[in-house]
Amino acid sequence: MSQNSLVMELRSPPHVRQALTTPVIMANVVYAMLPICAFAVFSYGASALLLLMTCTAACVLTEHVIAKASGNPTPIGDYSAAVTGILLALTLPPGFPLWMGALGGVVSIVLGKTLFGGLGCNVFNPALVGRAFLQASFPVAITTWTPPYMDGRFVQGIPSSFTLPFLEPISVVQFVEDSGIDGFTGATPLAAQLFEQQPTSLADLFFGTTAGSLGETSALIILICGIYLAARGMMNWRIPAAIFASIFLVGGFFYTLNPDVNPNPFFMLLSGGLMLGAVFMASDLVASPTSPFGMWVYGVLIGAVTYIIRMYGGLPEGIMYAILLANAASPLIDQLTQPRTYGSRLRSKAA
Amino acid sequence: MNPDPLGFIFLDAAIINNFVLAAFLGICPFLGVSAKLKTAVPMGFAVIFVMTVAAVCTYAVNQLLVYLDVPYLRIIAYIAVIASTVQLVEMVIKRFSETLFRALGIFLPLITTNCAIMGMALFATAREYGFMQTVVYGLGAGVGFMLALVLMAGLREQLELSDVPSIARGAALTLLIAGILSMAFMGFAGLGS
Repeated sequence: MSQNSLVMELRSPPHVRQALTTPVIMANVVYAMLPICAFAVFSYGASALLLLMTCTAACVLTEHVIAKASGNPTPIGDYSAAVTGILLALTLPPGFPLWMGALGGVVSIVLGKTLFGGLGCNVFNPALVGRAFLQASFPVAITTWTPPYMDGRFVQGIPSSFTLPFLEPISVVQFVEDSGIDGFTGATPLAAQLFEQQPTSLADLFFGTTAGSLGETSALIILICGIYLAARGMMNWRIPAAIFASIFLVGGFFYTLNPDVNPNPFFMLLSGGLMLGAVFMASDLVASPTSPFGMWVYGVLIGAVTYIIRMYGGLPEGIMYAILLANAASPLIDQLTQPRTYGSRLRSKAA
Repeated sequence: MNPDPLGFIFLDAAIINNFVLAAFLGICPFLGVSAKLKTAVPMGFAVIFVMTVAAVCTYAVNQLLVYLDVPYLRIIAYIAVIASTVQLVEMVIKRFSETLFRALGIFLPLITTNCAIMGMALFATAREYGFMQTVVYGLGAGVGFMLALVLMAGLREQLELSDVPSIARGAALTLLIAGILSMAFMGFAGLGS
């Protein structure tokens, strides 16, 4: 046995431990998103990096300018605007025109957050408000996908990124053909499955070698980052768990009914923006319910609506709309799922 | 006759083409009565009730108008018939159930002449729905209206204590929420088609 030099340090109580503050939580969310951003830049190259920087800068600047104009101290030090900007960029396709990304950032902060009274009062997830606005305004640009791992992606951006404001985005078809990639259909795995019945292997979806939005491709990285946040107590694990469980169960139910038409539940779980949305957006601390049971209801609602929109809707992906709807319902869920006050009787009339 | 199944008609009226958030009908009561859940819920029930009654009686009136070959009288006939039927039903409720009358209260006459009710009747006629289809359509439209109203009321109650900047207070914030809700409902566009 070697001599160990462990020292036991004794301190007298009370042991004061600093509580988690908003800037600490938000900074950790940013750290948790960095691996996803790094993977996005690795897969899509310079365009992804520029889009991430543009959206984040637009959000932070907007927050700062509005605070200055209204005479308040600037809140950008709490990182919440940066979180919104990064999240917004992660939901956009890699070749998305930068000016549209900047516009989305401004809309996220102004319409999604500041007008509601700032952080803590935003009843909808600001990044998703911006994303829904962009989806409604630029339906073509936001569904134009480019393949990952193109040669020379770090030195040359996707041409549509550099579209001048208010002009039609430059077509990426020629660009993709020139880069020598065969048979790129311009569809995400989800769209390929739902509209053309072309399955994608689960391993590709898990490790993220498919086309898609910046941050949605690799389920593995998102899961690791989510586990980090949940382990540090900065995100409630119940919400993503409820979403995963509900979409898996609903998907599994329909898959067992008719495996020829309905996709595998694992596919539903790993494809599209479900992972990213469940881990980073649905768990928004402000726009989600506060009671544990309410969180389960909220998550199940998101999972079920996502499945419905994916399978029966006009759009391939529905997680964004599902989260916005669940955000809208969360005050009601909170009211209906209030935990029993300690000592009170169940169903007492005084409630 | 329209071949749509009843379940689809219900979902179409309630969610996919929600009267308030996708067709933008009945905005006035939606903005006016959504400040508190306490008033939003009875209002929602009143709308469901009036929608269903209106669906039944406009279907009958339309049959009569078609039989007499005077379809151009449709709008004026619908207005008169919906308003008078609801008033009549209100009197009957007052006579037989004071509790129900109090719960629906002022809301019944308030929405009788609303454009959402009229729109529902005209849409049902234009789509050539049969009797059961029209009733289910009216019911779905009412449920959709109540859904939008209750979601809105929950959000507005939540925002009551927040520090909303002065430019966005009151009606502006309500319209902002309505816009975002409407964007969220866009996800259902094209559902089932």
